[in-house]
Amino acid sequence: MQIKSKVYNNTLYVLLCGELDEHSAIHTRITLDNVFAGGDFNQIIIDLSELEFMDSTGIGVLIGRYKKMKDRNIPIYICNPSKQAEKIFKMTGLYDIMPKIV
Amino acid sequence: MRSQNNFMEVTFKAISINEAFARICVSGFCVQLNPTVDEINDIKTAVSEAVTNCVVHAYPKHNGMVVLRCEIEGDNVKIVIQDKGVGIKDISKAREPFFTTKPDDERSGMGFSVMESFMDRVEVEKNEDKGITVTMYKRINNLQEQVNNA
Repeated sequence: MQIKSKVYNNTLYVLLCGELDEHSAIHTRITLDNVFAGGDFNQIIIDLSELEFMDSTGIGVLIGRYKKMKDRNIPIYICNPSKQAEKIFKMTGLYDIMPKIV
Repeated sequence: MRSQNNFMEVTFKAISINEAFARICVSGFCVQLNPTVDEINDIKTAVSEAVTNCVVHAYPKHNGMVVLRCEIEGDNVKIVIQDKGVGIKDISKAREPFFTTKPDDERSGMGFSVMESFMDRVEVEKNEDKGITVTMYKRINNLQEQVNNA
């Protein structure tokens, strides 16, 4: 898993590249927490266009980050999920807390 | 053309790096059914969930093995994922959405629900000696036939 990020117009853009499963979850959590900790932004957009695979482990990782950002009043948005990721997000109601944007 | 009946079995250590191995293994084997990209990705997701359960829950000491079997009969694929670990106390409870025994580890409790939603049928059984066997079925609607019928 590779994570790229940049801040532009008070928005933190995060691009997840690779596979998000149990094996990559810890690295993904730690890296996202580090990226989210710094910088000057008031919302986060997570782009999944380069995410080649995700299972339900991804839900745990995303909800964990949501809880941390909720304390700071910073909303997180999701864009470009794969068909499989979209199905998992809809099943779990993830979009209720991290809306999808296009 | 219908695929020939076929079978494969691999055994690997229940550690997280083997989740990707299991996914690639099954998807590689299923290519002979001429599946769509979506069908393959559905299968990979379901396999990943079942193997993750073995890695996270079956062996607290991380010292066990997972058996993965894949059987092709006509257009149907049957995938068996078996461990000899600690087992599941209440299988029907474990299959409920959002049920997890490890909420503090940021676990979603959606593993079995995802398997059910991405496959046609999922069976979860206790082994006679130790551990759990997950059996999943999916019919592959041959891509060439779909093109012909379009």
